[in-house]
Amino acid sequence: MPLQAIAFYVLAAVTVFAAVAVVFARNPVHSVLFLITTFFSAAGLFVLMGAEFLAMMLVVVYVGAVAVLFLFVVMMLDVDFASLRQGFARYLPLGALVAAVLTVEMVIVAADVAHLGAAASSTGPATPSAVMTNVEAIGAVLYTDYVYVFQAAGLVLLVAMIGAIVLTLKHRPGVKRQSVAAQMARTPKAGVRMVTINSGEGVDA
Amino acid sequence: MTALLMNYLPIVIFFAIAGALGAAFILAAAIVAPKAPDPEKLSAYECGFNAFDDARMKFDVRFYLVSILFIIFDLEVAFLFPWAVALMKMPHPTAVFAFWSMMGFLGVLTVGFIYEWRKGALEWE
Repeated sequence: MPLQAIAFYVLAAVTVFAAVAVVFARNPVHSVLFLITTFFSAAGLFVLMGAEFLAMMLVVVYVGAVAVLFLFVVMMLDVDFASLRQGFARYLPLGALVAAVLTVEMVIVAADVAHLGAAASSTGPATPSAVMTNVEAIGAVLYTDYVYVFQAAGLVLLVAMIGAIVLTLKHRPGVKRQSVAAQMARTPKAGVRMVTINSGEGVDA
Repeated sequence: MTALLMNYLPIVIFFAIAGALGAAFILAAAIVAPKAPDPEKLSAYECGFNAFDDARMKFDVRFYLVSILFIIFDLEVAFLFPWAVALMKMPHPTAVFAFWSMMGFLGVLTVGFIYEWRKGALEWE
């Protein structure tokens, strides 16, 4: 299918170009925007492979939420980005090591897939067939066969939630807040006092 | 497979139209619009003054808290979606297990939600 091949090469080229641009863009905001481009074209690649649900999740979760979070962080950190680049040479060996490990892993997986076929590494149908859509295929195994991973994901989310609250939540003292419950519970008895004033005496508060 | 990809043809067409339209506007502005730049016109100003400081200012860290809490519940919903689609198509004992599996997941996140509520993380001072 030539059309599919053209779509693949266009999307893959955009993904690689945008991923490189994320690293090399001078302005960190531009980096985040290139990252969004990378996510979009990677979602396109997922669609080409038939993984519709993952593609949509990539757009909804990564583009819709994670990239916005990154933008917040980039704008929140008022750091001098020129000084950040100073450490480039110092962290180069560590970065190269991580990159080498990732490359070896990807080569191993790719060789495995090329040798045994994609079906060897997955237990269920990854691509939609006539009887099952992509979402159903995921739903059929995620909550039963992979229940421990699923529950671990829940725990990771819980840790992330608590961690974010512990790290960033600070209550400022002396801030007046609206308490709707207290407002609603207020009765005329609590707020109004009837006094009888004798002439010429005034009211004591 | 091809039928699946054919479903995405409208999206591709929309992207093509959007890209063409955007490029057309930029090109039209570059070609048609009159240009007589001078340094005063090109300088940034705020209400007639020179810019006082950098336009990019620090965000309050609470925006970050709101957005990370949003992501977590976004992911929770993402997990709910295949569950809702697949649950009724499973054989009954498996479906019961899958149901309680999701209830456990939701329970864990509800613990976090109660924590966040009681901590006042959802309130904006």
